[in-house]
Amino acid sequence: MLKIKNINTYYGQVHALKNVSIHLARGEIVTLIGANGAGKTTVLNSISAVTPVRNGEILFNTSPAHSLSPDRVVGMGISQVPEGRQVFKPLTVEDNLELGAYLRIRKREGRGVIRQSLEEVYTLFPRLKERRKQLAGTLSGGEQQMLAIGRALMAQPLLLLLDEPSMGLAPLVVQEIFTVLKNLRSEKGTTILLVEQNAKAALKMADRGYVLETGKVILEGLASELLENKEVQRAYLGKEKKEIWER
Amino acid sequence: MNLSDQLIQFLLSGFATGSIYALIGLGFSIIYNATGIINFAQGEFVMLGGMVTVFFLTSLHIPLPAAILGAVAITTFVGLLFERLAIRPIRKATPINLVIITIGGSILIRGLAMLIWGKDTHAIPGFSGEEPIMIGNASLLPQHLWIFGMTTLAIIASKVFFNYTISGKAMRACAFNPRAASLIGIDVKRMVLFSFVISSAMGSVAGFIIAPLTMTSYDVGIMLGLKGFCAAIIGGMSSGLGTVLGGIILGVLESLGAGLISSGYKDAVAFIILLLILFIRPQGIFKRAESERV
Repeated sequence: MLKIKNINTYYGQVHALKNVSIHLARGEIVTLIGANGAGKTTVLNSISAVTPVRNGEILFNTSPAHSLSPDRVVGMGISQVPEGRQVFKPLTVEDNLELGAYLRIRKREGRGVIRQSLEEVYTLFPRLKERRKQLAGTLSGGEQQMLAIGRALMAQPLLLLLDEPSMGLAPLVVQEIFTVLKNLRSEKGTTILLVEQNAKAALKMADRGYVLETGKVILEGLASELLENKEVQRAYLGKEKKEIWER
Repeated sequence: MNLSDQLIQFLLSGFATGSIYALIGLGFSIIYNATGIINFAQGEFVMLGGMVTVFFLTSLHIPLPAAILGAVAITTFVGLLFERLAIRPIRKATPINLVIITIGGSILIRGLAMLIWGKDTHAIPGFSGEEPIMIGNASLLPQHLWIFGMTTLAIIASKVFFNYTISGKAMRACAFNPRAASLIGIDVKRMVLFSFVISSAMGSVAGFIIAPLTMTSYDVGIMLGLKGFCAAIIGGMSSGLGTVLGGIILGVLESLGAGLISSGYKDAVAFIILLLILFIRPQGIFKRAESERV
C-alpha cells in the first residue's frame, strides 16, 4: 500500500533521513520506534509532504506521493495525527471535526454523509460528543488526542499516520486510544503507521516494526521479534530506565 | 447650539468615521490573522475603492451602483494581484520583511494612482442626497446612515463567514496553526490569497462609502490606513468585535478632540492613542485571556 524507497530528507544542512525505506501492506499496523531526534517524526512529515524529500520515492498504491503538496496527500487518503495533538484550540470540538472533512466538503459530499462520519467518530470517542460545543482548548490532553485522531478520521483515510499519540497521557487513556486504533484496523481495515517513544506499548500492538537511529533504519522485523531482540530491549524497552526508576 | 447638542453632534459624526476605521481595521486583522503580516497597503485598497468609483462616475459616466460594484471588483483584483506578485514569491521571508514589502507595495499603488488620476481631490455625490436629517439639534447626513448600514452589514457578513462556513472556519484554523491545517488538507496558500481578497474588498467598501463625506484623492490611503491600523491595534487584532469597538472608540475620541480642543489635533489623537496602546497594552484593550490547556 505504501512503499518508501531510499528517501533522503534535509532540514537545511542537516541530513535528517538517510536512505530510509519502509513499506506497509494494506491493513497492517506498523510502528516506528527510536530515540528522540532519530527521525521518526520526519518520516511522517515526509510522507505528509510538510517536509519534502530531497530524493527517493514514496509510492501510495503505486502512485507517486513524494512531489505533491500536503493537501493533495490528504486527498489521496493519507491523514496524519500530528505530534502534540495540534487541535484548533479556538474552535469548537465539532468545528475541529468538521474541518477534518474539509476536502470531502469541498468535493461536495452531502451533509448526510459527513454527519454520518461525525457520528462514527462520536461512537468511537463518546467523550467528544459530550463536549462537542466546547472549545477544543478547554479539553484535557487525552481528549485533545482523541479529537486529533477523530479529526484525521473525518477525512476517511486509508492510511493513518500517528505521531506519539501516547505522549503525556495517563496509561489508562493510552490504553483506551490504542484499543480504538486496533478496532479501526479490524473494522474498517485502516492501515496504521505509528510513531512511538513508548516502544513497548507500540510493539505490543503492532504487526511489524522499524527501529530508527540517527536518520537510518537499523532494524526491522515482526513486532514480536523486536520485543525479544536484545538490542531493542536494551536501548528502547527500558532496562536502564527501570534501574533509574528503582533508584 | 449649547454644549450638550454639540456633544451629541460630535458623538454622531465620531460614530460614523469610527465605523469606517472599523471596516479598514477589519481588513488589517483578517490578513494579520491569516498570515501574521501587517499589510500596510490596506489603506491603498481604501483609496482605490473611492478613486475607481470616481473614475467610473465622472470619466465613464457609469451610474453609481455599477460604478461601486466596478470599484469593488477592481480593488479586489488588485488585492489578489498584490498577494500573487508581492507576497507569495517571498512567503518564506520573515514577517518584518513582508511588512516592508507591503509598504513598498502601497507606495507603488499610490504612485500609479497619481499617474493615472492626477493629484486632484474628487468628490462623490451622497448616495441619497445631501439633505441633513435633524436629530434634536444635531444633524446627520443620509450618507452617515449608509455608513452605519454598510458597516453593520460587513461586520455581520464576516461574522457569519468566519463562524458558520467551512471556508471561514478553515481560515481560522490556518490562522491558529497553518501546519495542522495543511495536514487536514487545507491549502494554506489559497487561504492566504483568500484573506487578501476579502480584505481588499472590505477596504474598497470603506473607500467608496466615506468618499462622499471626506472627498478622495490618490493619497487618502496613508491616513485612512493608519487610522484603520490604530483601530485594529486597540482591538487586539481580532477579526471581530474588538476591532469594531476599537474603530468606534477612535472615531469618537477623534471627533471629540477635534470639536472640543482644536480640529488641528484631529489626527494627533489617533496617534497618541496608538502609541499609548502599544506602550501600555500591546495586546489590545479587548483581548481576553483565552482559557486553554496544553
